[in-house]
Amino acid sequence: MIIEYITKKMIPFIQIYALYVITHGDLGPGGGFQGGVIFGTSIILYIVVFGMERGKRLFPLKIIDFFGSLGVLIYSTVGILCLLWGGHYLEYTKLPFRNPHLAAHLGILLVEVGVAITVFAVMVVFIFDMARKKDA
Amino acid sequence: MIDIFLLMFLVIFSIYSIHTEDLLSSVIVLSAFSFVMTIVWTRLNAVDVAFTEAAVGAGVSTIIFLSALSRTKRGEEKRVTKKINIYNLFAALIVIFTGSVLVYGTIDMPAFGDIEAPAYNVLAPRFIIGSMAELGIKNFVTSILASYRGYDTLGETTVIFTAGVSVVALLRRKGGT
Repeated sequence: MIIEYITKKMIPFIQIYALYVITHGDLGPGGGFQGGVIFGTSIILYIVVFGMERGKRLFPLKIIDFFGSLGVLIYSTVGILCLLWGGHYLEYTKLPFRNPHLAAHLGILLVEVGVAITVFAVMVVFIFDMARKKDA
Repeated sequence: MIDIFLLMFLVIFSIYSIHTEDLLSSVIVLSAFSFVMTIVWTRLNAVDVAFTEAAVGAGVSTIIFLSALSRTKRGEEKRVTKKINIYNLFAALIVIFTGSVLVYGTIDMPAFGDIEAPAYNVLAPRFIIGSMAELGIKNFVTSILASYRGYDTLGETTVIFTAGVSVVALLRRKGGT
């Protein structure tokens, strides 16, 4: 009861912190990987406290699987976009924005978001599929 | 002084987690190990690594170990009697040989923290001075990870994705998920 209450209050703060770490990767320590792990940890906390069934209702396996591949897709798509605008693969400064610095900024942000989505989804998949089921 | 204490903790934790027969307490001690490691990274001014160590080492990997434990037994199996046969001797010889070759290979490397090392004289100034002009990213650790070493990070992300796919392929059952 107490644990459930505290968890409910804590999860939003953990998630906002995770989003902060992802989006401020170019200013402070951290980045996509760390932010994604922290975001995944908040979901894992929810699963540990409220049980696997409610966790699966919140994040159905199909959606989690989709997110896992979506992150890698975003990352590689940014690379290919750089190719389309005449740069090397993952050469962000060639992206069509006002100046190269803004392009690099947004490219890196997109890439970090991709990393974060994949890491977060894979962490949740680990928990869903590795923990023992009741009948097994 | 505090560094010596931290290192002593690390040694004690690792020896305990190897030698205890109770796998659950071994996992918990490994989590404590990661926590001490976080402090060590922070003292070395490697905040990024400390971050990762706290989130992955102390948090997620503990959970993964625990969920793996939930599928197996908590205690360690009794070891079979140790007898020396020719295969073990051969394996030990190969390990010793490979180890000595690796140690021989490190003799040429610059000493730890050597100010004359090529990495500090060629690459580091290049990234520290050049990255701001080229990319305009204030944290050049991020600009190295995401741009100069973009392929590596893409590879790491793919590795994580592949790990997820393998877990799904090995452990997920139809219906009874």
